[in-house]
Amino acid sequence: MSKTKRSIWVFGDYRNYFQNRVTLQLLSRARELAGKIDAEVCGVVFGHWTEEWVDDALSQNPTFCGVAGEYIAHGADKVYLTDDPRLASYSVETYTHLMARLAGREKPEIILIGATTFGREFAPRVAKRLGTGLTADCIGLDINEEGLLVQTAPSFGGNLVAEIVTPERRPQMATVRPGIFQEISHDYDRRGEVLCVPMPEGIPADRIRLLSSEKCPPREGKLEDAKVVVCGGRGMGTKKKFAKLFELAELLGGEVGATRPVVYADWTERDALVGQAGKQVKPQILFSFGISGAIQHTAACTGAKFTIAVNKNPNATMMKLADVAVVADAGQLCSALIQELKRRIRRS
Amino acid sequence: MVEIVVCIKQVPQVSELPWDPKTGTLKRDLAEGMMNPACRAALEAALRVRETEGGTIMAITMGPPMAEEVLREAIALGADRGVLLTDRRMAGGDTLATSYTLARAIEKTSPGFDLILCGYSTSDSETAQVGPQLAEELSIPGAASVDGIAVAGRKVRMQRIADNYLETLEMPLPGLITVTTGSYTPRHVPLAGLQAAFSAVRIETFDADALGLDAERLGATGSATRILTVYSPTAKKENRVLTGTPKRIVEQLFAEFDDRIGGAISQDLKSSKERS
Ligand SMILES: Cc1cc2nc3c(=O)[nH]c(=O)nc-3n(C[C@H](O)[C@H](O)[C@H](O)COP(=O)(O)OP(=O)(O)OC[C@H]3O[C@@H](n4cnc5c(N)ncnc54)[C@H](O)[C@@H]3O)c2cc1C
Ligand SMILES: Nc1ncnc2c1ncn2[C@@H]1O[C@H](COP(=O)(O)O)[C@@H](O)[C@H]1O
Repeated sequence: MSKTKRSIWVFGDYRNYFQNRVTLQLLSRARELAGKIDAEVCGVVFGHWTEEWVDDALSQNPTFCGVAGEYIAHGADKVYLTDDPRLASYSVETYTHLMARLAGREKPEIILIGATTFGREFAPRVAKRLGTGLTADCIGLDINEEGLLVQTAPSFGGNLVAEIVTPERRPQMATVRPGIFQEISHDYDRRGEVLCVPMPEGIPADRIRLLSSEKCPPREGKLEDAKVVVCGGRGMGTKKKFAKLFELAELLGGEVGATRPVVYADWTERDALVGQAGKQVKPQILFSFGISGAIQHTAACTGAKFTIAVNKNPNATMMKLADVAVVADAGQLCSALIQELKRRIRRS
Repeated sequence: MVEIVVCIKQVPQVSELPWDPKTGTLKRDLAEGMMNPACRAALEAALRVRETEGGTIMAITMGPPMAEEVLREAIALGADRGVLLTDRRMAGGDTLATSYTLARAIEKTSPGFDLILCGYSTSDSETAQVGPQLAEELSIPGAASVDGIAVAGRKVRMQRIADNYLETLEMPLPGLITVTTGSYTPRHVPLAGLQAAFSAVRIETFDADALGLDAERLGATGSATRILTVYSPTAKKENRVLTGTPKRIVEQLFAEFDDRIGGAISQDLKSSKERS
C-alpha cells in the first residue's frame, strides 16, 4: 500500500442532484477542515451510469465527466468510484457493504454523509459495521485543538445543541443537514484522480427489494423550501391584519407561515402551519410577527439562518431566539416594511 | 401469526422541559416522561398488523426504572408483554451501545421474533440511528422512515417517501422497520385498560447480568461518541434589539441588514434616500 495521507471522505449522494446539493456543500466544508488537519478530500461514488448523471452541467467540460468529475470540480482531490449494474438504484445493504469494505481498507479519518432520507439510513449502518461513532443531522462541523472533529447537533427540537466528538474510534462520522454549508462554485480546471474500484466479490444480494420507485412531484414544499418565510401569530390581531403578511411575503418572494392559533382562527389555511404538528422551515430569513415562541412552533424554525422577530413584548421567547428583536406592534411594523420595500424595489 | 417486538423509548415532555436558557442546562430528572411520538406510531402499526395477521406484541424499553410507565401504557393499548432493561451501567449510551443492548435483549426475550418495529426517531436525541443499527447488530434486513406496512406470509411490503421518491419495498421476515409519525395515527388509551395495566400486569425486568451483556459495550463506557458540551443556541445569539416608531425601526433594519434581506431575495436593496 502506498503511504497514505489522512483523508476526509464525502459520500456522493447524487440521486437528487439538482435539488439537493448537500454533497457539494460537504465537499466545500471538507476542504476547509482538510486544511486544518492536512488531509485530502475524497468523494465516494457508488452507482451505475454515473458518467451520465450530470450530463447537462458538464457539457462545457471536456475533461471530466459524470458525478466523479463534478465532485472534483467542486473540491474533491480524489474520487473512489464503483460503477456496476447492481448499483443502479440506491440499496442500503449493498451500499453499506461497499462503504464498510472501502473504509476498512483505506481508513479515512472522517466520513461525512448528507442527512437525506437515504443518508440517515445508510450512515448508521456503516458506522455500526465499522464499530465507530456517528452524529446525526449536524448543523456545524469543526476541528478542535486536539485535531478532533467537533460535530454540532441539535436535540430537543433544536432547543438544545450538543457538541460531540468521537475521541478514539475511527473514522469520525457525521450526517449533515442540507443547506448548512455553502458549496464552492465549480472549477472544471481543477485536477483530481478518479480511482475505479471494482465491485468486490462475494457481496450478498440485497434482501430488500425495491418493487417500485416513482419520482414524486416535488412535495408541495413551497413553505419548506422557501428562502424567505414570513410567519404570523396571534399577535397579528385580526384576519384582516394577518392578510398583510401575504403582501409582504410577495414583495420578498417568500411564503407565509402561521402558528396554531392563527390556523384555528381560520386566518389562513392549515397547510401554512409551522411547527411540530405542521411544517419545518429553513429559510435564509425568517420574519416572525406576533409569535410568542412556544417550543412546538420554534422547533420547526431552527433551520432559519437569520430571524427577525416582531413583538410588543420584548421578553417573549421568540424575541430571545431572534437575531433581531423588534419591539413594536406587529401590524404596524408589517405595513411600514411593505412601504419601504415597495420604495426600494421600485427603484432598483 | 406474527411475533412483533416494538422498541419504545420514554422521552421528556418537551413542552415542559425544565431547562435554563442562559446556561443551557437541562434538568432531565425533573421532566415528565412520555412515550416518544414515533414509538407510539410504531406501536399503532404493530396493533394493526396483529389485527389482520394475528400474533403477539412485546414492548421493550431501555431506561431508568420509571420508564416502566411507557410499557404499561403500551400494554393498556394492547401489547401482550412489557420488557424493561434497566441498569446503571446502561446509562449514557450512544446509539452503538443502545443498539447492542436492545439486540441482545430481544434475542433473549423474544428469540422467535418476526418483525421489530421502532420509531423513526426520538424527540429528545433525534438521531434516527437506533433502528438501522439494531438491524445491523441482529444481521436482519431493515428499512427506515416507513409510512405504511403490509405483512403477507413471510414477507412484508412497505411504502415510504425517500428523497422525493415514492418507494415500495419488500423484504423477508424477520426484519426491522422504523415507522414515521405520518400515517399511523395512534389510538387513545382506554381508561379501563390503563387501570388494568397498572395493577395486574407484570413487567419483565432485566439488568446487564441477567442478559449476560458485556459491560464494556454498555452505556457511556461502550459509546464511541462523547458529548463535549450542551448549550441552548439562544444563549449564543447576538440578539439585536430595535425599538422606536415603526418607521424608524424599518429604516434601522435596512441600514443594518439590507445585505441580508437583499441577499435572501436576490435584489439590491441598498441605495437609500434619493427620490421616493
Ligand atoms: C401537542 C401540541 C402541538 C402543537 N403544535 C403546534 C404547531 O405545530 N405549531 C404552532 O404554532 N403551535 C403548536 N402548538 C401550540 C403552541 O404551543 C402555541 O400555543 C402556539 O404556537 C402559540 O401561537 P402564537 O405565538 O401565535 O400565540 P401566543 O402564544 O398567544 O402569542 C402571541 C404573541 O403575540 C404578541 N403580541 C400580541 N399583540 C401584539 C401586537 N399588537 N404586536 C406585536 N406582538 C403582539 C404577544 O406578546 C405574544 O408573544 C402545539 C401545542 C401542542 C400542545
Ligand atoms: N432506550 C431505548 N429503548 C427502546 N427503544 C429505543 C431506545 N432508544 C431508541 N429506541 C428506538 O429507536 C428509535 C429511534 O431512536 P433514536 O435513534 O434515538 O432517534 C426509537 O423510536 C425507538 O423505537
